[in-house]
Amino acid sequence: MSNRRDFIKTLGLSSAGLMMGLSASSKPTVIHLNGAGPSALALEINPFIVIEPNGKIILINPRPDMGQGSTQAVPSLLAEELEVRLDQVTIWQSDGKGKYGDQTSGGSSSVRALWKPIRQAGAAAREMLVKAAAQRWSVPESECYAKEAKVFHRPSGKSLTYGEVADEASKFEVPKNPALKEAKDFKIVGKYAPRLDVPARVTGKAVFGIDVEVPGMVYAVMIHNPHIFGKVVSIDDTEALKIKGVQKVLKCERPMPHRTAEAVAIIADNYWAALSAKKVVKVQWDNGTVPHTLTTDAYFKKCAEAATKEGLKGEESGDFAAAFAGAAKKLEALYETPFLAHAPMEPENAIAHVKEDGTAEVWAPIQGPDWALRDLAGYLKIKPEQIKINVALLGGAFGRKAYHDFLLEACFLSKEVKKPVKLVWTREDDITQGPYRPGMMARMQGGVDEKGNIVAYHHHPIGESIQFQVFKAPNDKPDDWICGELSQKEQKYTIPAFKVSFTHVDTEIPIVWWRSVYASNFGFSQEGFLDELIHSAGKDPLKARLEIMTDERFKKVLETLGEKAKWGEKLPAGHGKGIAVFKSFGSISACCITVAKHGAGVKVEKVVSVIDCGHYVNPDNVKAQTEGNIVMGITAAVKKGVTFTHGQADHTNFHQYHVMRFNEMPAVEIHIIESGAEPGGVGEPGLPPIAPALANAVFAATGKRIRKLPFDLNTLA
Amino acid sequence: MAAISLNVNGKNFSLDIDPKMPLLWAIRDFVGLKGTKFGCGIAQCGACTVHLEGKPTRSCVLPVQAVIGKKITTIEGLGTEENLHPVQQAWIEEQVPQCGYCQSGQIMAASALLKEKANPTDADIDSAMRGHICRCGTYDRIRKAIKRAAKDTPKADVTGGK
Repeated sequence: MSNRRDFIKTLGLSSAGLMMGLSASSKPTVIHLNGAGPSALALEINPFIVIEPNGKIILINPRPDMGQGSTQAVPSLLAEELEVRLDQVTIWQSDGKGKYGDQTSGGSSSVRALWKPIRQAGAAAREMLVKAAAQRWSVPESECYAKEAKVFHRPSGKSLTYGEVADEASKFEVPKNPALKEAKDFKIVGKYAPRLDVPARVTGKAVFGIDVEVPGMVYAVMIHNPHIFGKVVSIDDTEALKIKGVQKVLKCERPMPHRTAEAVAIIADNYWAALSAKKVVKVQWDNGTVPHTLTTDAYFKKCAEAATKEGLKGEESGDFAAAFAGAAKKLEALYETPFLAHAPMEPENAIAHVKEDGTAEVWAPIQGPDWALRDLAGYLKIKPEQIKINVALLGGAFGRKAYHDFLLEACFLSKEVKKPVKLVWTREDDITQGPYRPGMMARMQGGVDEKGNIVAYHHHPIGESIQFQVFKAPNDKPDDWICGELSQKEQKYTIPAFKVSFTHVDTEIPIVWWRSVYASNFGFSQEGFLDELIHSAGKDPLKARLEIMTDERFKKVLETLGEKAKWGEKLPAGHGKGIAVFKSFGSISACCITVAKHGAGVKVEKVVSVIDCGHYVNPDNVKAQTEGNIVMGITAAVKKGVTFTHGQADHTNFHQYHVMRFNEMPAVEIHIIESGAEPGGVGEPGLPPIAPALANAVFAATGKRIRKLPFDLNTLA
Repeated sequence: MAAISLNVNGKNFSLDIDPKMPLLWAIRDFVGLKGTKFGCGIAQCGACTVHLEGKPTRSCVLPVQAVIGKKITTIEGLGTEENLHPVQQAWIEEQVPQCGYCQSGQIMAASALLKEKANPTDADIDSAMRGHICRCGTYDRIRKAIKRAAKDTPKADVTGGK
């Protein structure tokens, strides 16, 4: 405990505080209350609470905010147990250092991973503060209680603020097992609360990565190869250097996990000068065989070939081959989902300052400062202690900003020009360069017996794997992220013969996780094909799902959906409803979509979503995230995906790469199941059921079965 | 380069910049107001929307030489946390933003719409907002917030602007 004071020095939070746009604090002298030593115990006793001598309380949020609400959700957990109101505290963003533990916003993990440890951090600090006050008063701790950042002595009514006892409290051993509240006693968690960061986000004051400036910085624009991979043969910068403000044009690199690509960059005094130069720099590329190999058609052709063969077995309960062979009705189908760009509204950007003294500092909208720290240390070949990361707000991310190519590009350029470099990708960079949600296929097989029971089910995903391409896992085993998610244990359908397989088909097209990851691909094949089996048995899609479902939480979600969406109620002519349910990231989500025939296609009229995410922090945020998942899920189903022809992306910007627009928004309704279960994720689970529910609704309305995404709502083609 | 004089949020700025520089970059990098956002650079997403003489305008494709002497209003000029425009107030009440990156543009479009039509129909709202992309998916709340602003606000406040 002797090094608590050292923690104060290493907190290094002043600029991070400013960047959150939530704190106007100048550099504070802080008393670090809750230190555990610089060990790997960070998640047991967290350094997440800082109290200044003037009583100002600072809570450190360890999960970057890309719009999912972590800025408020995680500090709410701390505040609940610490006994402070959120308007009594300042919230800062963590900087990637190990003492904060995992700090990556991804996998819908913030609340579910931190539910217990962060509350324990708050409770431990509260116990220490109460103990300090009790000692000051020489009264038993049992006569004291904490409320709204003060400790009260019950018999006398006297009180001390947390600030007044922070110094004494900080000298105590940190309690290992502080008492946590019962859910029924929560004052903040589980209750509606307006997000305190919203005013900054509607007045132009919220500071996103792209808004950060540092003294002495120069601007950079990349010229990425439209074919992604290829060698730079020559650069003609004659015209570019005539533009006022353009400093330099140089060859550089784009480091990706699976391959580093050659690129060119323009350095200028201002961004517009660099952009103007991009139009006149002539780069000659040697693209080798890329124009012939980097095509989505060729990739999907390989996937389709793989679909004719057995894959690697992920799991099997019962004997699928025998059950399928003996089924009265056999169905087989191939499902396909496209590559997709994340296209967050804020394009990728970063400021890097790689200094000649061997240290580096970066400012960037990134999902995981801890991962970034690891990547930066590896790339720059310096120690993590020599790197300072300042996380800015993220203007959307959806998985994209946990892939650090743009951050490393900025580092390369800063090292070259020996100045802080602010790199901002264009939208064209964002859409044509990847990484993308991988396009995937799924071979589906299923059998129904004479009585209409589904007796055999085989889900066989085929395609590129994030584990293999990004993390270089050996591909002699099936991808366990995919197989695990689609397992009977996870999805709970009690079909007697249930099998999951996987075949890896590789591609050089860069891929990474995209909102809900593989659930966005295979929720579609699972729930679409199940609908096919159910219809072939002549059954009702909701009742038939309930028949093969014994899990009480899934059943409750489906029954609630049926009730809220008025399933079974007679629809007007030309209308159809489709449902789907899928579990991902610890939460069960289902939806019912209503479509109406409209010309040769359909119009999406209404989406009703139900989610059981267990305990949650703010019901309004659960709804907001689910609304967002509806929009992104419909976009993924009906708007063009990313395609590569002759080695380059076919679409470059929003005029070609379409996303759902305001006027296309259907009516939405969200219902949260109050299960009181352990928290599940909220940012992603609402998405996977959308595409299959929509496809199933199209079938109900028109009889046309959609097995390939995207499809055009106007033509159903 | 000749000095370009811009009137932004009621203040005059004399900037030594390329006359072809889009207004967006002049506002962000030379006037120093970062609330107006870069989203696509081709007037397809609406993130860069400002008011030019009160009309919603895409600043990412508009050269500064075309707006010399004209009245430009950015999100910062519409209202502040201490003195919110009714549309910003409605955005808070409906808890519209998720990441909030596109919301400056959305709010500029919505405030211009309400100035034009105090009681917009759904079709009016669709038409005013369809050019604004939100990837977080806040469209439903945006519609509610626009209706709230139209309903809750004394007409003089919405139509008068700030």
